[in-house]
Amino acid sequence: MDWLNVIVQGTLLGGLYALFAAGLSLIFGVMRLVNISHGDLIVLAAYLGLTVTSATGLHPLLALVLVVPTMGVIGYVLQRGLLNQTLGDDLLPPLLVTFGLSVIIQNGLLEVYTADPQKMDAGTLETASLAVGGLNLGVLPLLTFAVAIVVIWGLQWTFYHTALGRAFRAVSDNQDIAQLMGLNRRHIFGVAMALALGVTAIAGVLLGIRTSFDPSIGGGRLIFGFEAVIIGGLGNLWGTLAGGVILGVAQTVGAKVDPGWQILSGHLAFLFILAIRPNGLFPRISA
Amino acid sequence: MTLQDYHVTRSSNAARTAAILGALILIALVAAPWWAGRADMRLMGEIFLYLALASLWNLMAGYAGLVSVGQQAFVGFGGYMLFALTMFAGLHPIAAIGLAGVFGALVSVPVAVLIFRLRGAYFAIGTWVIAEVFRLGFAQISSLGGGSGSSLPVAIVKSLASKRAMRESLSYWLALGAAVTVITAVYLFLRSRKGLALTAIRDNELAARSLGIDIWRTKFTVYVVTSALTAMIGALIFLQKLRISPDAAFSVNDWTAFVIFIVVIGGIGTIEGPIVGTLVFFALRETLADLGTIYLIVLGVVAIVIMLKAPKGIWGLIRARFDLQLFPLGYRVMVPGKTDKS
Amino acid sequence: MPEPILQIQGLNAHYGDFQALYGVDMEVSEGEVLAVIGSNGAGKTTLMRSITGLLSNGPGQIKYHDKDISRLRADEIAIQGLSMVPEGRQLFPSLSVRENLMIGAQVGRKGPWSLESVYKLFPILEERKDQQSTSLSGGQQQMVAIGRALMANPDLILFDEISLGLAPIIIKDIYDALPGIIGEGMSAIIVEQDISKALSVSSRVYCLQEGRVSLEGTSDTVSREDISRAYFGIE
Repeated sequence: MDWLNVIVQGTLLGGLYALFAAGLSLIFGVMRLVNISHGDLIVLAAYLGLTVTSATGLHPLLALVLVVPTMGVIGYVLQRGLLNQTLGDDLLPPLLVTFGLSVIIQNGLLEVYTADPQKMDAGTLETASLAVGGLNLGVLPLLTFAVAIVVIWGLQWTFYHTALGRAFRAVSDNQDIAQLMGLNRRHIFGVAMALALGVTAIAGVLLGIRTSFDPSIGGGRLIFGFEAVIIGGLGNLWGTLAGGVILGVAQTVGAKVDPGWQILSGHLAFLFILAIRPNGLFPRISA
Repeated sequence: MTLQDYHVTRSSNAARTAAILGALILIALVAAPWWAGRADMRLMGEIFLYLALASLWNLMAGYAGLVSVGQQAFVGFGGYMLFALTMFAGLHPIAAIGLAGVFGALVSVPVAVLIFRLRGAYFAIGTWVIAEVFRLGFAQISSLGGGSGSSLPVAIVKSLASKRAMRESLSYWLALGAAVTVITAVYLFLRSRKGLALTAIRDNELAARSLGIDIWRTKFTVYVVTSALTAMIGALIFLQKLRISPDAAFSVNDWTAFVIFIVVIGGIGTIEGPIVGTLVFFALRETLADLGTIYLIVLGVVAIVIMLKAPKGIWGLIRARFDLQLFPLGYRVMVPGKTDKS
Repeated sequence: MPEPILQIQGLNAHYGDFQALYGVDMEVSEGEVLAVIGSNGAGKTTLMRSITGLLSNGPGQIKYHDKDISRLRADEIAIQGLSMVPEGRQLFPSLSVRENLMIGAQVGRKGPWSLESVYKLFPILEERKDQQSTSLSGGQQQMVAIGRALMANPDLILFDEISLGLAPIIIKDIYDALPGIIGEGMSAIIVEQDISKALSVSSRVYCLQEGRVSLEGTSDTVSREDISRAYFGIE
């Protein structure tokens, strides 16, 4: 029962990692951009949530009504104003510009919010739990997992059943020809980034309710999201959920063996999968 | 004016002047313990070590297209090897530094085999994962102080040289030697056949492949050599610090972010770039460091602006303006009448 | 004399240091079908890329409906009603046949062309509408590419090497269908290596050679000798 509990907890944790990963996967899918500052943007969203809750007294989940559109706007402006200029055949500019962005966001947060760990107060949601078949499941992790499924389903639906998704795929396939069909790729990329940061906002707020956070933890969140993407296979949104779950389970199992091994065993699981299945478990596109 | 009047040369007046000037500066630097204060020597030592790290990162990212954000893996690894080999194997620190390089090379082989499966930007994040694995792994070793780290025992420090002034001079010379060695090695490597292959890959991977250049092996060689040298620099860094902890040893900010800024600001893909970048970086740090986080934000903004507006950095601007090359890599055709006196 | 729909004056085009077009002048009138011929590397594709905005041009070099479009982006030009069937078809592989056609309608222009009318023109596409576009035969893919361009309801449509890589029987089918397509009041530029095919459907012809216009004439009066001289540069 103990081990079953560990695996179930890990699976639910995987929902959070899938949310970290979904935005990363989306922008890679549309514009082949890997955003090194993704983790810092997650943390930025958590701080925005904190500011909204402490200023308005709203419940953190309600604060999403403000945080999601704010992050969306930030995403669109960031893409049109900065990141679009880095796209091209050369690998260095997007990588180094988003790396610089990561340092800017992290230190900007330090400047505004200090290095003290913060946490969002979600009241009873934090401690509420359900007894299911002898297991005690936290409502928050369950909710997070459900949100991850809904978000990924929503992204998947947008991708394959809307005009916007069609435009995403067309631009991803062939930018020049998409441009000839009247699609302004700069705008499409902006929308994709807005959508990705909207998801990031949800991830950040859920993170901020679950654990305490400080400006330095962005790099770690980027790595978890990245590992979930690679484990799941590039370009496969449902794969990122599977990747998140595998990462989450590896971490909780590691922590069960020795608390110091939690994060390390997640990384080792990632490297193991990279060794045996370099394209991930469910690849769709090659990088 | 016949064809014989033209000649092809690598050297130029500027390069020769630079070589003479460089030799003079080098002599002055070697003599620093006789003219510089202790604080200055410490600072210069740090500058040399950063210069070495930056030149190595530049070789990987600027020439081999291997953009790593995880070089702290090898800095920290080298540092820990210094501590482990001196404390547990009783090696002399200098021997430990050399051996740290050997072990760095050995460790980098399986690492490369794994993360070379990742392309482009994903490779970058993969290197970061490796650095995290190293950090968390070393934090588990209780004999090296676990998560809180440990100090180098006094006896080992004294084995370097019994007098403090001598120790400081020695560690300064080691840092200077490291920088000179790395820059010379990078320069000679880039002039060699393999180095030319590297430049060919950078300029056009497809064409290079069709010319029969084994891209994987060339990149692999660069990665292993860079890792070994980075581990040795790491050992030197922590020989100066005398204290090591996982967070300090594997800090992404200290050993990668700053290094990337140095290379980007100075000029990526040029040998001179890291030198210029290191000088600018330390000038900024010495004047703006009091601003704390603002200083880092400024650094980030400067790096982004340079990447977008002048991708070849400060050195690229200088070179475009004056047609300068201090470390001549390419050949140039000298037209009679326009030749410099040689 | 009908109004000119497209006027090109002194068009130069460069790829880095390499100049691909030198002072090209060209005019297309409303409802006219123009053929552009020339050997490989003569600059035909470059000309198409310049007109559609995939290459950036100097100001004032290209006018469409009397409006300078030289500096506009490709998507801005597309919305003005200029669309292209690109060389090699270049369908979107991750989109189904129907979705490829729908992308063409993205510009939101009104006109005779819709999914129904494209399906009526090429009934096979309706049968295959949910398949990935890459699973189709070459000829069917060309139909999708033509349909995709038509869905934009353009005033001017460019066909870039539409017979390239297709079986002769399919080329014949497509060329038989062309007059019906263009008959809807559209103007067209047909870029083609197959000279007789190009002449058969066009009213005027331009020949490009090494980035310059080497011949300009009416399709039914231009002589074989003139063409081979303009085409190969043999005196």
